[in-house]
Amino acid sequence: MAGVQVSDVSRSFGAHKALDDVSIDFADGGFYALLGPSGSGKTTLLRQIAGFDFPDSGRITIGGESVERVPVEKRRIGMVFQNYALFPNMSVADNVAFGLSVRGEARAIIATEVQRALDLVQLGKLGGRRPHQLSGGQRQRVALARAIVTKPRVLLLDEPLGALDKALRVDMQIELKRIQREIGITTIFVTHDQEEALTMSDRIGILRDGRLVQEGPPEEIYNRPKSEFAATFLGDANLFRGDTTGDGIRLPDGTAIAAGAGAKLAAGAKASCAVRPERIRIATDAGAPDGTANMLKGQVSKRIFAGNNSTYFVERGGQTLKVIVQNTGVDRLAEGQEVVLRWSPESTVLIAAG
Amino acid sequence: MATTRILEWLGRLYIWLLLAFLYLPIIIMALMSFNVSPFYQLPFEWTTEWYASLWQNDQLIAATWNSVEIAVITTIICVVLGSAASLALYRYEFRGKKFLQAMLFPPIAIPWLITGTAMLIFFFGVGIGRGLHAILLGHVALALPYVIVVVSARLQTFAPELEEAARSLGANQWQVTRRVTLPWIMPGVIAGGLFAFAVSFDQFVVSYFLATPGQTTLPVEIYAAIRKGFTPEINAVSTIIIVVSMALMLLTARFFKFGGEK
Repeated sequence: MAGVQVSDVSRSFGAHKALDDVSIDFADGGFYALLGPSGSGKTTLLRQIAGFDFPDSGRITIGGESVERVPVEKRRIGMVFQNYALFPNMSVADNVAFGLSVRGEARAIIATEVQRALDLVQLGKLGGRRPHQLSGGQRQRVALARAIVTKPRVLLLDEPLGALDKALRVDMQIELKRIQREIGITTIFVTHDQEEALTMSDRIGILRDGRLVQEGPPEEIYNRPKSEFAATFLGDANLFRGDTTGDGIRLPDGTAIAAGAGAKLAAGAKASCAVRPERIRIATDAGAPDGTANMLKGQVSKRIFAGNNSTYFVERGGQTLKVIVQNTGVDRLAEGQEVVLRWSPESTVLIAAG
Repeated sequence: MATTRILEWLGRLYIWLLLAFLYLPIIIMALMSFNVSPFYQLPFEWTTEWYASLWQNDQLIAATWNSVEIAVITTIICVVLGSAASLALYRYEFRGKKFLQAMLFPPIAIPWLITGTAMLIFFFGVGIGRGLHAILLGHVALALPYVIVVVSARLQTFAPELEEAARSLGANQWQVTRRVTLPWIMPGVIAGGLFAFAVSFDQFVVSYFLATPGQTTLPVEIYAAIRKGFTPEINAVSTIIIVVSMALMLLTARFFKFGGEK
């Protein structure tokens, strides 16, 4: 088991820069998500770490050992593929045994290790089945058992849950996390599903156009996004654009919005403020002014009821703002109603323009 | 109701007529190989005399063995070279790959008469000459495209992640090929091999051009025998060939179907 360091890695395919000077440090035993839209370079980065492809420049180390020119079969990694890539001509047990078998391990050892791996993924009794006789979730578990039975230094997962339906995906998220904790392996997984990234990982790296946009624990990225892209890609955000006043921005119509978090910017520059929809309080009157709170007036244009919460779309100065309110059984606002929105500066993140 | 039944009946009649058209000459030939009269005279009297005398015909037997030998060697060479070529075309990108792949098809379409003439002239020119070795070379050249086309078709259904998965588990190129890729393409390899065997074993035109008088293959020997004077031995040996060929083709059909499934 080992940490992975990616330093200044670039990779181009023709004129397309798939990875542009990416550096990221995956600590030993951590669970990392590489999150980004398709074409952001997240899979390319995973393939560089796996060794299916080599970077044009930069360094990759696994456990301190330089591997950027080491082919995949010599890197001692474990990988789970999006469509599982189970060998159709082999039984489940033979699939799991493959990595040990090509290494020339003794039969008795292989049998023990395979059984242990299948038990770990709760498929202990299905060793004799063929992959096509299994359900999607079971195939996923076999792929995982096959990847970890060789005791790799790093576990790499390429959109591992993408092919599963929602209920099964949640089960597998919990399961994957349990197994990862149990064996304590450094895990890097690629996903475009922000919810998956938020719920499973210790740290998230957000990629866009081959560059690392932001990296850190889920809470930090969610609460302190450093760019409009990070703010809107991980979760929902209301964005206001204007000129900075030092501790907030002034909108073109003169309204001031105070920000208690985010970048420290010199007054006068272009900047944005981001506010999460669930941080905004919505009411029919202003109530008692408390001096510090940000306040805007608007009109409800739409309400979407989603059981435990409702989303209000509020029109204000040509902009549609999103507000999420827990359903407490009272305070139902009608469409067309004039409302007042309030939120604290602490919930407002100042982001440099660009 | 009535029209449906008539149509159904017509359809069935059509199939039977088609099968009769295809198989009647063959069935008559096979029957005549068991008839006493060498001049197709009826009534039919059962005999295995012609098969017995076939057994005495050293020339025909020698030619049969030549044919079997050449067909087996052709099959082995074509399967090995053809599978390797298919894998190379599948795995690697290189200059002129599309051109190479396109050039695999014309030899299948070019009449064997022309291929045979070209080979005869070429082999004569470069000193290879005629004989069994030349026939073998010719057969390999004729059969190889079939194997590559069939194995490549099978490879189209192969998921490249399987090779990547095997590599990520520590398998080297040879282990990947032997334990993951080959098992997957095996139905295609077997079908291709049967094709190669059939192309070689049934080959007359190219063999005729490249054979020397003493050393021929079975189809060439049969042709020579017919020219000297027809004997029911030819019926007998033809019947044997048809049985063997049909068995091979049925096997091919079976593996082709298997190859088409997941």
